[in-house]
Amino acid sequence: MPQKFNIVCVTGTREKMQMAAMFASVAAATGDEVTVFLSMNALTYFVKGRAADAPAEGELGALLIAEKGVPPFKTLFQQAVELGDAKLLPCSMALDLMKITKEDLDSELGPPTGLTRFLSDAEDGQLLTF
Amino acid sequence: MSETKLVDARDTFCPGPLMELITHMKQASVGDTIELLSTDEGSGADVPEWVNKVGHEMLSNEKIEGVWHIKVRKAK
Repeated sequence: MPQKFNIVCVTGTREKMQMAAMFASVAAATGDEVTVFLSMNALTYFVKGRAADAPAEGELGALLIAEKGVPPFKTLFQQAVELGDAKLLPCSMALDLMKITKEDLDSELGPPTGLTRFLSDAEDGQLLTF
Repeated sequence: MSETKLVDARDTFCPGPLMELITHMKQASVGDTIELLSTDEGSGADVPEWVNKVGHEMLSNEKIEGVWHIKVRKAK
């Protein structure tokens, strides 16, 4: 029975981005319905031309950065979209705050989404926050 | 004619091996076999978990000299 996951990324540290991307890619590729809402610092890595250099919070984050074999979180999010039809939705408020539009974001991102819309779409699923 | 494909995901961490397998599964035909190589301990247990959940067929799963050899047949 497919489940519905709503993953909210806000903090933007390496550990949280990696864990959220792992959840999204594995769940989506397993047939679950996955929506990722990107806001605050977590959205900045999806602005075109910016590096995905999320800082480590602690020991494990440093290992994620140092080890060569760790799949980059942006690759995992892309795989969630390509292999499992996940939706990556940028927060419209964060876009306004950064004075940018959807055109400034990576092409795999969906339409800018407000909280009212996100909350009504998310009401019958599980919510994971990073 | 079904094929056997070797997917080498050694030296990548979870969920690298699983995502490699899923990527190749999508491209494979029903009846094809994929042999996944992984050095990630967690994947040795978690990949079969995915295979069973999604409904493909686990053919074998053995660790040879530190490398997991996971054989899966695409069932649908």
